[in-house]
Amino acid sequence: MLVLGIESSCDETAVALVADGRRVLAAEVASQEEVHARYGGVVPELASRRHLESILPLYLLCLEKSGRAATAIDLVAATVRPGLSGSLLVGEAFGRALAAGLEKPFLGIDHLEAHLSASFPEGLPDFPALGLVVSGGHSSLFLVNAPDDFRLLGQTRDDAAGEVFDKIARVLDLPYPGGPPLERLALQARKPVRFPKPGVRNSLDFSFSGLKTAVIYYLQEHPEAGAADVAAGFQAAVAEGLINKLDYALGRFPVKSVLTGGGVLANRFLRARLEAWAQGRGLRLYVPGIERSLDNAVMVAVRAFYRQTPPPGSGRRR
Amino acid sequence: MKIKKITASPGKTRALAAELAGKLKGGEIISLAGPLGAGKTVFVQGLARGLGIPEKEVRSPSFVILNEYSGRLPLFHFDFYRLRTAAELASVPFRERLAQKGVVVMEWPERAAGLLPAGLIRVEIKVLDRARREIRIEKPAPAQKRRLSTAARKSGALKR
Repeated sequence: MLVLGIESSCDETAVALVADGRRVLAAEVASQEEVHARYGGVVPELASRRHLESILPLYLLCLEKSGRAATAIDLVAATVRPGLSGSLLVGEAFGRALAAGLEKPFLGIDHLEAHLSASFPEGLPDFPALGLVVSGGHSSLFLVNAPDDFRLLGQTRDDAAGEVFDKIARVLDLPYPGGPPLERLALQARKPVRFPKPGVRNSLDFSFSGLKTAVIYYLQEHPEAGAADVAAGFQAAVAEGLINKLDYALGRFPVKSVLTGGGVLANRFLRARLEAWAQGRGLRLYVPGIERSLDNAVMVAVRAFYRQTPPPGSGRRR
Repeated sequence: MKIKKITASPGKTRALAAELAGKLKGGEIISLAGPLGAGKTVFVQGLARGLGIPEKEVRSPSFVILNEYSGRLPLFHFDFYRLRTAAELASVPFRERLAQKGVVVMEWPERAAGLLPAGLIRVEIKVLDRARREIRIEKPAPAQKRRLSTAARKSGALKR
């Protein structure tokens, strides 16, 4: 089954052609990071206009690179939630129109479920699994019972993990997007500041605004503090907060694997912490490569494939 | 009418906001100013509670610009943190929400300066120390309120 995936929920416009949920025939991404860097963030109007300009060329490029004809596409899928409404509309409208023209079905895909499907092409994990999505707009925890069975366990009650990275980076006078420069700065730390672990006690929900405030107070009260020490302490607190929540979830849902996705996973410190944690708990951790952790369309096509096709052995195969 | 209160905890800030929300009739526009980490989203959580919306549902809309919640009155929670120029306001469904007779609350209203309608309820949060916040609430006089509904209908100030 050949699925065309489309992603346009935020910065990236992406189109991908994936066969049978495994073989990536083409995957193209146009990032707006450069545009947004100039403005210090996502600008909704610019974002949707850029999506509109990029989407057709990306689609044509995918066809050309894959060597497939449009008529070979069996299913068109696009991210339809959650995200910036104007940006989502571009991908969905393009996808629906294309599907209508090709006389093929269209599927609207949940962005977070797509993130957690990003590692499926390399082999399905042992289920049940916990799923952690951490990005600029989301911090969500799922129980994943099967490739097509996602249950939301908790999410942030205030700021998303990536959002606090951007906000703290701005407080430290680092450029946007704040994650990569903050990570580089943290490498120079000599004595990382200790911040309280963020989170909501006895809950599967996340909370990061308390940590954000703690960092801001610290900087005000310690004007002499080294920015690298603050960055490293902040980054470590985010990692410990996430691991705390995973441990809490693990106590209630004895899973076999942990799936992850989202741009915050591009942070190498966090990756290393998660890997050490999973090893200690005897869990298999799935962290997609950086390209597939960030917003992309392969994950959308894969998610759509598993909504259409139950995996072998599930007893639901058509 | 001006109110100035000092709250000693996020819980007290929520309670003050919930009290304000209890008096709202629909059609109000609240601008909510204060620095990063002042407790703007906390204040909106209180507004939500006062409108019968579970405050847990209220999250920072910095990323998506607008979150919508339904309660006794619909609550439209804008965050202009990411807007770089006031002209960008034209790209978010702000005018449409103003016309819907719900409660509109905006974080980082200064990013849309010059394009906001008259007759706002202005809330400003000042950080006194780690726990305490000074919260000023300024409500428009009745005459200004009438101008507000005219402004909301015509939305003249908000045209591109």
